[in-house]
Amino acid sequence: MAARITVTGLAKSYARNGDTMRVVDNIGFTVDEGEFVALVGPSGCGKTTLLHIMAGFTPADSGEVVIDGAPVAGPSANRILISQQGSVFPWLTVRRNLMFGLRDHPDEAARLADHYAGVVGLAGFEQSYPHELSGGMVRRVELARALVVKPEILFMDEPLAALDALTSLQMRFELQRILDKERHTCVLITHDVEEAIHLADRILVLSRRPASIQATFPVELPRPRDLASPEVARLKRQILASLGL
Amino acid sequence: MPWPIRLGVPVAVAAAFLAVWWFAVIVSETVIFPSPRDVAIGALQLAREGTLWEHIGASLFRVGAGFLLAMAIGIPLGLLMGWKALAHTALNPIVQVMRPISPIAWIPIAILWFGVGDVAPIFLIFLSAVFPTVVQTAAGVHTIEPQYLRAARNFGITRSRLILHVVIPAVLPQIIVGMRVSLGISWLVVVAAEMVTLRSGLGYMIIDARNAGNRYDLVVAGMVIIGLIGLALDLGMRRLEGLKAVRWRYGR
Repeated sequence: MAARITVTGLAKSYARNGDTMRVVDNIGFTVDEGEFVALVGPSGCGKTTLLHIMAGFTPADSGEVVIDGAPVAGPSANRILISQQGSVFPWLTVRRNLMFGLRDHPDEAARLADHYAGVVGLAGFEQSYPHELSGGMVRRVELARALVVKPEILFMDEPLAALDALTSLQMRFELQRILDKERHTCVLITHDVEEAIHLADRILVLSRRPASIQATFPVELPRPRDLASPEVARLKRQILASLGL
Repeated sequence: MPWPIRLGVPVAVAAAFLAVWWFAVIVSETVIFPSPRDVAIGALQLAREGTLWEHIGASLFRVGAGFLLAMAIGIPLGLLMGWKALAHTALNPIVQVMRPISPIAWIPIAILWFGVGDVAPIFLIFLSAVFPTVVQTAAGVHTIEPQYLRAARNFGITRSRLILHVVIPAVLPQIIVGMRVSLGISWLVVVAAEMVTLRSGLGYMIIDARNAGNRYDLVVAGMVIIGLIGLALDLGMRRLEGLKAVRWRYGR
């Protein structure tokens, strides 16, 4: 399979209080077409910076990200970032949020928006404002807004971290179901090892800051995955061990 | 709070306030300071004569004109200062120095430049409303959550759509707060300005009542009317804060 994303020698430092702090240190990996790669690492290790560089929001100090043969120079609607804090526009209704990135005729855009609202289970809430919805529902809006522009790549920065454990688990199943149908290439950042095992084809374990890749774990388990199976438990133990736990 | 308390307590406090006032007027045997009853009669008299409505109309016109002018200039200027660092660096010192100058201090200059017609108070109201608007709007742009701007860039929208559909709606709640503050100050200022420059308006009405024979009943009646209209203006602005597209910012 051809590599869709190739990351080579990526490094990034920030100036802070007169010091330079290195947050990403010589990272290189590839992501194949349709593959789901999870990056797991401790909080504050530089995961978000890495994803922002890959999505084209932050320039790297050295190294490069090549997507489909071309180096990334800026963000593109072909690769949508789902941010940790959530970026659903609170001043727009669910439908208007979903229509935001669409260039189609307004009627066609509204039809597409409502279709994807249905896909993520928000049928009937098209006219609601985000502050009228629960946290889990707002995350669904964000996912639907990304899917509706039909991007080839999804970058997800701890998309479920802000949710309670039960909602987070439920959203994980939903995400799995939707991605099975749409087959995007996905890069997920998380500190939840179980979430990574549940969703990913391959897991890269990042070190403490500055982030570098210290281990790779392929997840060769059939989907849907049984989180209570001994294989999952064994993999989880191995990954946690490589994180020093 | 149950509604009998929510309604009953403020009414009781207001009644007690009026009773103390009335009692003080009787005990002190003042001949100049009016009782609540004198004020009510004075207010009715003003309303019946019809001049009251002209004064109210004149004051509201000046506030409206100065306020709208301040919005038309202050909001775009605030957006510019919030969005472009260079504009902020260039203009912020002037704004910060001009902002604490009371509009009352501008009265001599307003008269010098514009005479004693309607333009001078409109100018003063413009000055009092424009700076809070600029500052609130610029601060609003500075506090836009970066993930909203990132998401907008991610979808590849044009610069004009970014300003129109992301920056302005994101700042709108703060613009509305700025408008509310500005309108409140405008109403304070118009009364002061009319006391020295004009022959109409509620400020003039108050000064005129005092000069034309110590009619303190009309002075206090004028004050009460000013208070009630100010309250109505504020309530009107508060309704804007209830719009669904801005309510997210004010907490649930």
